[in-house]
Parts: sequence; structure tokens; C-alpha cells
Amino acid sequence: MRRRVACGLALCFLLSGPLAASLGARANASSPSVSLSAASAATLLWQQPTEDRLRALEQSANDARSAGDNAWMLVSSAFVLMMTGPGLALFYGGLVRKKNVLATMMQSFALMAIITVVWAIVGYSLCFAHGNSIIGGFGYVFLRGVGATPNADYAATIPQQTFMIFQLMFAIITPGLIAGAFAERMKFSAMVVFTTLWFFIVYAPMAHMVWGAGGLLNSSGGAFPTLDFAGGTVVHITSGVSALICALYLKKRVGYPKEPMPPHSVVLSFIGACLLWVGWFGFNAGSALNASGLATSAFVATHFGAAAAAIGWAAAEWIRNGKPSVLGAISGAVAGLVAITPASGFVGPMSALVIGLCAGVGCYLMVTKVKSLFGYDDSLDAFGVHGAGGTIGALLTGLFATKLVNAVFKDAQGNAQNVGLFDGNAHQILNQLIGIAIAWVLAVVGTLIILKVTDLLVGLRVPEDQEVRGLDISLHGEEGYNLES
Amino acid sequence: MTKIEAIIQPSRFESVKEALLEIGIAGMTVLEVRGHGRQKGHTETYRGREYEVDLLPKIKIEMVLPDKLVDVTVQTILKTAKTGKIGDGKIFLSKVDEAIRIRNDERGEHAL
Repeated sequence: MRRRVACGLALCFLLSGPLAASLGARANASSPSVSLSAASAATLLWQQPTEDRLRALEQSANDARSAGDNAWMLVSSAFVLMMTGPGLALFYGGLVRKKNVLATMMQSFALMAIITVVWAIVGYSLCFAHGNSIIGGFGYVFLRGVGATPNADYAATIPQQTFMIFQLMFAIITPGLIAGAFAERMKFSAMVVFTTLWFFIVYAPMAHMVWGAGGLLNSSGGAFPTLDFAGGTVVHITSGVSALICALYLKKRVGYPKEPMPPHSVVLSFIGACLLWVGWFGFNAGSALNASGLATSAFVATHFGAAAAAIGWAAAEWIRNGKPSVLGAISGAVAGLVAITPASGFVGPMSALVIGLCAGVGCYLMVTKVKSLFGYDDSLDAFGVHGAGGTIGALLTGLFATKLVNAVFKDAQGNAQNVGLFDGNAHQILNQLIGIAIAWVLAVVGTLIILKVTDLLVGLRVPEDQEVRGLDISLHGEEGYNLES
Repeated sequence: MTKIEAIIQPSRFESVKEALLEIGIAGMTVLEVRGHGRQKGHTETYRGREYEVDLLPKIKIEMVLPDKLVDVTVQTILKTAKTGKIGDGKIFLSKVDEAIRIRNDERGEHAL
């Protein structure tokens, strides 16, 4: 009799744990696993203090949110890398002559390797460690301290290592864009030296000023808060303007403009452009640094900007030329993506359409009219699309940014303040102009210095006979297509 | 032995090939070439820059035949390759000094 009672009691104790847990589960939305193990360990659920249970619940909720944010950010990072390889490689590769296709692709690919190493050693630190208002310090050299713990300066819900790898992909693609200006005539050794120096002299200061803690142009707390959600100034203006300087310094390709140099494969460029469009969701929406509604908003704005710009360029071409070209349509989409980049997390979808349309038409005119007017050989229109598109976008951001999408400016009490011109804040245009001007000046001065140094170190251009023969054979000993074999 | 070189429109090639097969001509060499006579080219535009493309794609058929087959072959090509428009192409005939089959060293008309 006593044994049966003892068994019954033991059974009750055994069952009460899970029973209490399930009761607790019905009371809360989800039953934290911590409580279950705690119940089976020492104390039963209802004997644990409420504060402990709340703390465990909060931890689980935060973990779940971090898991969502981190998953999105890792995917975004992969998307941005895809924009370089193969997106940009294909886009540019198709635009050059067949004899230079590999050399052009190699420029993108080499950066994927070189910038990564530079970033790991000191690059991330120079951009995002605490330093002064122009450049970061050496706090994160060799990625010391950059691990699973979030860095609250930038993104409180993801490991700092995720933030680091995401930003690395931006540092990789930015110098790759410049290659559009010196394509088909720059030595590979010169490109390696040039882009490494360019990272230190132009990219790192600009990235730190706009995005780094304590940066001069940082939208939270900088002296001249510039709204640049994903890199209109940091990525596109710097690279685009640098491209113009390179084109002017290196001078024209042999035979330009008399000799016809049509793209050898618009098919490759098409594929590249589509990869760029899709990858750009990681570039812009990922710049929300979490998987929130803001990321969605940036995603939508990005897509709408691309679409409107593609229509804008194609329509302008249809009207002026009689036919809308495929190259024009995809170039328009890229121009729109460039322009929406600084605006993506600050503007609404309808504004994104307007920004895209402006970029599509504006960049079309830059590339067709202005380039031939001045006669510079920007082989792949890096300045016409990125320099011009980035400037247009950064300016329009000052017009269309709104607190309804992103309350980026708050007063001392935490109330949202007007952001852009149409919001009621005319002053922001001035800050945008300052940011744009600094990007231009940094790019012009920095690039001139770097070109001079690189020229002295290794020489910039290939000899004429190598240029005529083709860079694939001359620099890499390969041919892109051996279709007869 | 006579060599026939026929430069024709690519769109007519399949018809010409089938017609030649029907009259018993099976051996030929086909090249993808570019060229023009009096036919105008076209303009292509890339990022606002215009390119005059005046070398147009054509198909060149080369055959070496016994002299007695030349007339019927030329007539067949003329009939099937003609569209009536500028750009239809041309046929050239020339004498061949020798023909040798590589497989078994046969020479002359036997090698054709």
C-alpha cells in the first residue's frame, strides 16, 4: 500500500514538470527551453522567480530576432559579393572587345582576393574603429575583438563579424567599378597597386566619414550629417569620379574614337546586369543591418528605382534613336540602382520611381551627349553611370527623404524630426551637397596622387602593341574563347 | 576539273544544299564569311555610339567537280539561291590543276 502511494507520488512529481511547462506554454506564446530544463533539473516551473523567467524569455526573443537579422545579413553579404563576381565581371566583360574579356573579368576577381586580405589586416579597422572624424583607428587590426558579440555602434542584433563581412563586400566592389574607365589599356600590376592605394586613400576615409562612429558626415552625430543609406557617396561617387580622373590621365584607347569598338557580347552584359539588380537587394536592403520593415522598405525602393530607370533610359533612347536597345535598358536599370542607393532606406516607393526615372534619363544624356561633347574615353561609362548617378541620387535623397520611412533625425526628447526637403527640412540639401563635394574632392585629389605614384612604381598603360594584340594574351597568356577546339 | 565558289545569302543555304544533294552532289566545303558587293550594311548603336556594319554575313560553298557536272550544278545553285534582291551573291568558276584523295592517294577525277 505504502509502495503504491510512493509510486503514485513519484509519478505525480515526474508528470508535474512537463505539465507545469505546458501550462506555462499556454499562458505565454512560447515556452522557453530554459524553463523546461530548469524544471527538470532542480526547481519546478512555478517555483522559479518571475524575474528569472522573464529574463530567459527576453533572451529567447532577442536570440530569435538576432537569428532573423543575422540570417538576412549573411544572405545580403553573399548577394553583394555576387554583384562583383560574377555580376560586374560579366557586365563589364561583355562590354569590352573579345580580346580583353578575361583581363576585364580578372580585375573584378583580383579585388575579391586582394581587398579581402587588406580588409582583414587593417581595412575594417580604418573604416569602422574609433579614430577621428576622418579616419578610423587601429582598434580592430587583424580583426581583434571582431567576433560574435554585436557592436552597438553599428548593429546591435548581429555579430560584429557579420557586419564586418557585409561591409567587406562593399569595399570589394567599389574599386571594381573604377575599372570601367581604364578597361582595355591598364596593366594588371598597375591595377593591383592602384586599387590597394585607392582603398587606403579614398575608400577608407569616405566610408569612415559617412558610416564610421564619429565620422564627419555620419547621419547620427556627424558635423554635416549626410544621408547615404547604402553608399551613393561612399561607393558610387568616389568610384565614378575616380574613373573620370583615370580616363583623363590614362588618355584614350588606341584607335578611339575612330575605330569601332562595340561590345563583344551584350549577352554577357545582360546576364551581369540582372545579377547586379538581384544582388543590389543585398546591397541596399542589407544596409538596414537587420531584417526589419526598414529592410523591406529599402528592398522595395531599390526595385522600383531600377524599374523606373530602365524605362527612362529605354524611352529616351526610343525617342532620340528610334529604337530602344537592350544595352540601353540594362544600363538604365543599373543607373537607377546607383541613384537609389543613397536614398533606399529613406524614401518611399513612389519617390523611388521618380528617382529612378531621373537617373535613367539623366545618365542616358551623360553617356551619350556629355561624353562625346568632352571627348574623354570612359570605356565602360563608370563616370556616366556611377559618378553621375550617384550624384543625382545623393541630391534627390535630400529632397525625398522622409521621417515616415526612416526617422533618422530625432530631437533630444526622441521625437522624429523632418528629414528631407519635401518633409519640411530644406537644410538637408546643404548637407547632401557637402557630402557630395567631399566625395568629389577626395576622389579627384586622391586618385591623381595614386595615379602618379602607381605610374612611377610600375607604369600605368600597357605598350601599344600589347594593347592592340589584346590584354588577355599580353597580360594573362590566355584567350577567353577557344571555340574551334 | 572545275572549282565552283558560290557566295550566297545564309538564309538560302539549306535550300541550296538540299537541291545539290538531289542532283547527286554530296561533297562540298562550307565557310561562314563576311563581305559585300553593292549591298548596303546597317547601323548598330551601343550607348549612343553608332557603328556602320558594312561587312555582312554570307555563306560560301566551295566544290571541285568533273567538268560535265558543272553546268547542272551552277543552274541548281542559281535557281535555289536567288531572291531577286541585291545581296544574293556570286558564283565563280576556275580550273583546278590536280585533285588527290588523302585516304588512298587517288588522283584526278577519280579523287572527286
